Amino acid sequence: MMVKTIDAKGIYYRQLNDMVQQAVNEGATRIILENVNGQRYIATRVNKPVDIEIQGVPGNDLGAFMNGSTIIVRDNGQDAIGNTMNAGKIVVHGHAGDVLGYAMRGGKLFIKGDVGYRVGIHMKEYEDHVPVIIIGGTAGSFLGEYMAGGILILLGLNRKPGQPVAGDYLGTGMHGGVIYVRGEVDRTRLGKEVSVFELNEEDNRKLDELLREYCADLGIDYEQVRKEKFVKLVPVSHRPYGNLYAAC
Amino acid sequence: MSLDYTTPQFIIERNRDRCIDCRVCVNQCANEAHIYDEEEGRVVSDDSRCVDCHRCVVLCPTRALSVRKYPLEYKEHGTWTARDINAIYKQAATGGILLTGMGTDRNYRIYWDHLLLNASQVTNPSIDPLREPMELKTFLGRKPESLVIENGRLAEKLPPQLELEVPVMFSAMSFGSISLNAHKSLARAAEEMGTYFNTGEGGLHRELYRYGQNTIVQVASGRFGVHQDYLNAGAAIEIKIGQGAKPGIGGHLPGEKVGTEVSLTRMIPRGSDAISPAPHHDIYSIEDLRQLIFSLKEATNYEKPVSVKIAAVHNVAAIASGIARAGADIIAIDGFRAGTGATPLRTRDNVGIPIELALAAVDSRLREEGIRNQVSLVIGGTIRNSADIVKAIALGADAVYIGTSALIALGCHMCQQCFTGKCNWGIATQDPNLVKRLNPDIGARRAANLLRAWAHEIKELLGGMGINALESLRGNRLMLRGINLTTKELEILGVKHAGE
Repeated sequence: MMVKTIDAKGIYYRQLNDMVQQAVNEGATRIILENVNGQRYIATRVNKPVDIEIQGVPGNDLGAFMNGSTIIVRDNGQDAIGNTMNAGKIVVHGHAGDVLGYAMRGGKLFIKGDVGYRVGIHMKEYEDHVPVIIIGGTAGSFLGEYMAGGILILLGLNRKPGQPVAGDYLGTGMHGGVIYVRGEVDRTRLGKEVSVFELNEEDNRKLDELLREYCADLGIDYEQVRKEKFVKLVPVSHRPYGNLYAAC
Repeated sequence: MSLDYTTPQFIIERNRDRCIDCRVCVNQCANEAHIYDEEEGRVVSDDSRCVDCHRCVVLCPTRALSVRKYPLEYKEHGTWTARDINAIYKQAATGGILLTGMGTDRNYRIYWDHLLLNASQVTNPSIDPLREPMELKTFLGRKPESLVIENGRLAEKLPPQLELEVPVMFSAMSFGSISLNAHKSLARAAEEMGTYFNTGEGGLHRELYRYGQNTIVQVASGRFGVHQDYLNAGAAIEIKIGQGAKPGIGGHLPGEKVGTEVSLTRMIPRGSDAISPAPHHDIYSIEDLRQLIFSLKEATNYEKPVSVKIAAVHNVAAIASGIARAGADIIAIDGFRAGTGATPLRTRDNVGIPIELALAAVDSRLREEGIRNQVSLVIGGTIRNSADIVKAIALGADAVYIGTSALIALGCHMCQQCFTGKCNWGIATQDPNLVKRLNPDIGARRAANLLRAWAHEIKELLGGMGINALESLRGNRLMLRGINLTTKELEILGVKHAGE
């Protein structure tokens, strides 16, 4: 394994990404980025299964269009992580911002803390590509909006008393995929296209597998997470707008 | 059954002396307007199913068929036309949003028809393009402020450019909205003529990757089929913000059209609706647009120009300025008469502004701000012929997109029913029995022929003006004069009235 360490201090994103690319081209399979401070588009160009560890806070569009790399962020992340991601894995040990995993088609996005608005919107799945987002803390409004496929898991760990697990319009416009929520869901916050269901055996098997991986990656007690019951949100119709039009 | 009050739009007239009941019309009509009556032993027609696509008329071996407007008069009324009345009947029956296809059929002013071109007389003599060199080559992309030349060579790398042999590209039409054979026809024609076709937002079919050098790949809010190979396959990437036929709203490909091939290309499950949200939810500002533009540049190593396509709307000049400043290399502007596979009728007919005014306003604004060199302008939305193109170039466009004209070259008869998926000409359909009616070899030849013919005509018009390179006409509004236009219209277009 060839490890390359890059000090990102004071380096503009384009140069930093050139350096990462150069390291990959030279055969590095593990890259450690130190002193990252808001540089955008890290690992977007890589397109290879390399491991990237980020120390500091990476900028927006971390792993946008990413195709097979693994990124570990030791700190917080910003907006648009895993934008249109095809494959790979991103693990964030802190909080993260808005629009994470937009139109994500495959791979995994694990966030330890809270996330902002419009996370996991328009996620889609295709054949063996099933994207997964797991959020340890709470989520802002419009979680899973337009969701067409994939799996979103919201744990709501370490909440303040009375703090809702998600904002408003949860799963609004959803027409595919599934959202699992730990604990109860406030039905007044749901989008009108989804309903709440009990988990079946298959759901529990899938959840077990994903949560074990998530907890192992982030050092969270799996048993503690599993202590509370989960509910499942799925769309009422996969054709929510089927009868909206009249030909003329 | 309750009465729905609607009456047929067309009447199918069958000349009984000529009809031999061969059933070609029955087999050709996907709308089932022709039926073979087993008991009577003859072909009959159901007018209410006819969409006036001409398929049966063209294919009838004995020329027995014709289609006319249904001869039904409503009592004359200055306000309530048959169109208004029938729309209400439909909505009262269904409660649905009225859906239609192609561009608006309303009689809005077409400014191309109110602009006249100049020609040389006596001084600055005209040029004969058949015997003298005439340059149509066009480069699309950001042009640097200045060039640094050392030892006779460029010292700095130029930003990436698209190179067009003719200033016409095929505009975005997705695989899904149109057939694979239609995509193949356009891709091959683009390759043959040295120009580009645009995938639209439905991904690039694996058989078409070989035409990547002549392909613009589109990224829209649904991000269908967008992945690394796709982004790298094209010669340029276009971010679709809006389109002229439906500004401000998203797209919706119904599940019935998502068969195996469309599913593979869009990378979504078979039979699922492909919904493109109205906005990109990661773009709420010019800064956000910049973020997406540069994420695409990052993903493709800064090797491809990035275009941003918008619909022509009221503040188009300010928006275009923002797009240029956001780092786009090309701005594509789609006028409100532009075509589409499916659009809500009221949006199509009432939202947006004419492309001629939008183009003039954008070109003027970018010049005033000193940033015109930073972007190329591509316009679309009713380019019907080569004269429209020459006028567009003179108004400030670098190149044009054609969609409807290209489909008409492939055999579209403008019945405006693309959204039904029953296109009898094999263009706007995914039904394998209909798709095979469009032979991509013939389609490619016809689309290429259209561009070839227009290129000749553009050269003739340029030569007449005494201009031997399209570049010399670009933004040269002195070559235009207005006719039957108001002072305000002339002011926006930046042209003088005929006679001035």
